[in-house]
Amino acid sequence: MAADDTVLRVEHLTMRFGGLVAINDLSFEVERGTITALIGPNGAGKTTVFNCITGFYKPTEGRIALHRGDATVWHALDALTDSGKRGIVRPDGALFLLERMPDHLVAQQARVARTFQNIRLFPGMTVLENLLVAQHNALMVASGYTLLGVLGFPSYAAAERAALDKARGWLDRFGLLARADDPAGDLPYGAQRRLEVVRAMCTEPVLLCLDEPAAGLNPRESAELNDLLLGIRDDHSLSILLIEHDMSVVMGISDSVVVLDYGVKIADGTPETVRNDQKVIAAYLGVADEDVAKVEAAVGL
Amino acid sequence: MEYFVQQLINGITLGSIYGLIAIGYTMVFGIIGMVNFAHGDVFMVSAFIALIAYLIVTAWLGIASVALDLIAVLIVAMAFTSLVNWVIERVAYRPLRGSFRLAPLISAIGMSIFLSNFVQVSQGPRNKSIPPMVQGEFVLSKTHDFPVTLSYKQLIIWGITALLLLAFWYLVAKTSLGRAQRACEQDRKMAALLGVDVDRTISMTFVIAAALAAVAGTMYLMYYGVVTFSDGFVPGVKAFTAAVLGGIGSLPGAVVGGILIGLIETFWSAYFSIDYKDVAAFSVLAITLIFLPQGLFGRPDVEKV
Repeated sequence: MAADDTVLRVEHLTMRFGGLVAINDLSFEVERGTITALIGPNGAGKTTVFNCITGFYKPTEGRIALHRGDATVWHALDALTDSGKRGIVRPDGALFLLERMPDHLVAQQARVARTFQNIRLFPGMTVLENLLVAQHNALMVASGYTLLGVLGFPSYAAAERAALDKARGWLDRFGLLARADDPAGDLPYGAQRRLEVVRAMCTEPVLLCLDEPAAGLNPRESAELNDLLLGIRDDHSLSILLIEHDMSVVMGISDSVVVLDYGVKIADGTPETVRNDQKVIAAYLGVADEDVAKVEAAVGL
Repeated sequence: MEYFVQQLINGITLGSIYGLIAIGYTMVFGIIGMVNFAHGDVFMVSAFIALIAYLIVTAWLGIASVALDLIAVLIVAMAFTSLVNWVIERVAYRPLRGSFRLAPLISAIGMSIFLSNFVQVSQGPRNKSIPPMVQGEFVLSKTHDFPVTLSYKQLIIWGITALLLLAFWYLVAKTSLGRAQRACEQDRKMAALLGVDVDRTISMTFVIAAALAAVAGTMYLMYYGVVTFSDGFVPGVKAFTAAVLGGIGSLPGAVVGGILIGLIETFWSAYFSIDYKDVAAFSVLAITLIFLPQGLFGRPDVEKV
């Protein structure tokens, strides 16, 4: 059984594209309120893992379970798997099998938020509107699916005010408040990166998946981002799953690191143990010619 | 001069109708990148629904108040046309989403033929006419032998169009649904990941497009007093021209484009040859596509590398 504080449990995940095995029998767990980094050389299958978790791909094999609320819900995992349903929601907690859900339900019900390697803001909408779209569901319910909203119903007005306050609060914290009414596409690159994280946070996620959030940032910006991510983790006891190539980010903020190479997990542990792992060093730096066979045998190729 | 002012009034009236239809083209194109060729026929269907509603309201229910008649007809036409378009989207377009680009287009052409044939068979091929709904006019100037008039029905068309555009603008700019629509327009996948129900948003877009087309259809019926099964095609393609002229995907562009097309057509008929008015309108389509492909209000395509 999973530990009480496990939020995400990936078990025996395999993803094949025709003959290509992108991920092979991958298992790992993400604990509540921790930052887990997923690292590995190019083509190791990191983004594929993200795509499986967020419902873009349907895994060939394996189980991806996500939980929120009371930990006893985990006991229902096997029953849920056998029942063929997507998830169970109880008053005190919920458990979902993400591999069974389409992407918008992964976002809406399981509350997994993600960002992409490339920036995918809505460039033509203002910064504030970007954040309101992220709160779309709450607003739609409050607006009675818009008819009441159009008629200016008080409950909707209150909900919209609350959404705006929340958005402004986040912008203030991330130093973007001054640009709230500018089109998102006009922001400088670093600010757009931060805005993506803010927008993901506005969906009130249980798990935040960040695909290379520090890509293209200068050292100062990436240090700022580190502080922000640590702040989010501590204040909201949020779990973050992170793909990152920038080792200063990975080693600086992660609580645990999972290393992939050719779709296989080659190491898993604290940044310190992973950093000194021979297989990881071999995967990143290569090895002397005479050791290739030895390393390949160890990795299982 | 009087002649010119009169044509201006007529042109804006016609243009308002085109503009309302053009919004439907441009909205649907914006959100799913498809030219909904059935939209003109949806407009025609809405005129028939309005015709039936008008006959029921006046002949059966015997409501004599013109304002009440008009409001009832508008509401019935908007409701039923929305339903029709919702079903069309569900049946003919949604199953093809994610298919190759031409598939929904072909499906739309099929839908267009289906609608006009269905109306031809069920309502008969002849012109259907109604007694004038609204009569009377303001005489604006009578200095010479040519009086400039603004009829009540033209005034009603202007007023209702303006009112609806205002409501529509509010819906798109200020409400949660409008934001979701704009988000889907820019990045559908990302919108889904933020929890927006993309399918429902697209459905709502078709419903709104149909409601506006129904207003245009009711206005058309009131203005001309006759409608026939083939009336969807030419106004539909002209509204499409309007949407292209304004910049397809741009909502203010659709309105401005509609009014421009209405004016071009009216002035051409007035000063040159009424037989060639459609040629004039469609020449605008060709000229726009050649010299101003992004339209008046469209964003030029930025090539992404």
